[in-house]
Amino acid sequence: MLLNIENLSKSFGGLKAVSNLNIEIREGELIGLIGPNGAGKTTVFNLLTGVYDPTEGKMLFQGKDVSGLKPYQVTHRGMARTFQNIRLFGDLSVIDNVKIAFHQHAKYSTLSAILRMPGYFSGEEEMEQKALELLQVFHLQGKAREIAKNLPYGEQRRLEIARALAAKPKLLLLDEPAAGMNPQETHELMELIRWIREHFQITILLIEHDMSLVMGVCERIYVLDYGIIIAHGNPAEIKSNPKVIEAYLGEEVI
Amino acid sequence: MIVSKWLNRKNVFGLLAAILFYAVIQGSILTDILPPFYKLNLILICIYIILATSLNLINGITGQFSIGHAGFMAIGAYLSAIITAKLHGPLALGLLVGALVAAAVGFLVGLPTLRLKGDYLAIATLGVGEVVRIVFLNTEYVGGAAGFTLSSKINWSWSFWLMVLSVVIMHNLINSTHGRACISVRENEIAAEAMGINTTKYKVLAFTFGAFFAGLAGGIYANYMYIIQPMTFSFLKSFDILVMVVLGGLGSLTGSIFGAIFMTVISALLASFPEWRMVITALLLVVMMVFRPTGLMGTKEFSLNFLRKKGERNAA
Repeated sequence: MLLNIENLSKSFGGLKAVSNLNIEIREGELIGLIGPNGAGKTTVFNLLTGVYDPTEGKMLFQGKDVSGLKPYQVTHRGMARTFQNIRLFGDLSVIDNVKIAFHQHAKYSTLSAILRMPGYFSGEEEMEQKALELLQVFHLQGKAREIAKNLPYGEQRRLEIARALAAKPKLLLLDEPAAGMNPQETHELMELIRWIREHFQITILLIEHDMSLVMGVCERIYVLDYGIIIAHGNPAEIKSNPKVIEAYLGEEVI
Repeated sequence: MIVSKWLNRKNVFGLLAAILFYAVIQGSILTDILPPFYKLNLILICIYIILATSLNLINGITGQFSIGHAGFMAIGAYLSAIITAKLHGPLALGLLVGALVAAAVGFLVGLPTLRLKGDYLAIATLGVGEVVRIVFLNTEYVGGAAGFTLSSKINWSWSFWLMVLSVVIMHNLINSTHGRACISVRENEIAAEAMGINTTKYKVLAFTFGAFFAGLAGGIYANYMYIIQPMTFSFLKSFDILVMVVLGGLGSLTGSIFGAIFMTVISALLASFPEWRMVITALLLVVMMVFRPTGLMGTKEFSLNFLRKKGERNAA
């Protein structure tokens, strides 16, 4: 079991954003977390990545509790995320965005950088090489020196995924990667997500409210509504689940 | 093998330029061609370059708005002056101890204050700078408000090469993965944390390095000026340094160097009308904010690359 969320709850004052959440993710799975707007999906991501501390419950990642860790510590344990509203290092070059995510794996010290010791040169060369390789995978190698905020929207989304992968995670968390994309782009994104999983041998947890994307790529789906898991199963089961239909389309009026 | 990596074209050119500049000035000092007023301002330029580039490390590179730099300068100045003048220790030891104590204070102050953001951090650092000054003001051992005198031990060689060394160290830090970590804090703190950057660590690192070099600059200043007084290190000094950094462009090392040279030259030109200095500085800032709010250089660095052909530039 890669990730085991047990009875996780989070309250903001009187509002229970997430209550008694139970999610299990095995290594290599591609899991979807869906739900209408305001269901608490991003709160779950923020809890997982240490932005919020849970009010109750446990989150076991590779058997170790990760609740209460700071965001960067969670990333060091092997989880990396993208953001619903893109958060790139806008004024930096595309390649520097990726290099910053490599930082935790950097092999030279501050002293070695200041004195320009051999470790600095080999370390920088290795980072440059790896960053270019990763950008190539995402067809961004030609734009490596461009300023990140000048990229078109779709490429910014791709760069954000590339940057998250540079942190070398075991679990990749994608927060609404298809937000703002047209059907054609969404289709390409589905292909990309499948391909990433094969190529990087990685587990993916995907938040999305675009049903077609989730149904197309995910093996298992959790449906969240008002902070509670209302359904769980494979895409076919979810599609025919009356509770899900109700949450998305409203109750049938007789 | 490592030497061959150090001696690329750019570094050799820079080193030769520095040696040439140093030699010309040193020659004219030895032959008494250079008037003392010019010598004074050249040394002040070196001191202000160290101050501006080190403040840029905190404000421009890491994006933490600190306005208490004169406080760290004061610590370096007083500590080094005590060692050289009162304890008769060697100059190098004085400068080193002054810088290290300033760095230690920067570290201790940085840990709690760097949790604050924006205006709150600015106010806290302003307070720290004033506290330092007032502590020296009320310490009999260092002469209180009158300060104390010492013999001038700093010459052009000391100040120039210490300035070059400081700039090289800061340049090397900024252009490394650790410098990029600092920049990522400035760019987007939430994303930096999510990418595995310990943002607190890098804020404190930048603050400590900044305080170290401010302390070094303070030591050079005190050991050149014959006398040190608490009034020298008032918050107006912090603002002078801040103006240099903002004029040059927050986040640009070469911009800070330009800013330091520019402001020192302006002060020197207006030496006989001291009351106009503040007016001109303020006007300059207003004009700058209206026409070029990112400062002279923005976050970019000055380079001679534009002289090359485009193809070559991309290859390099």
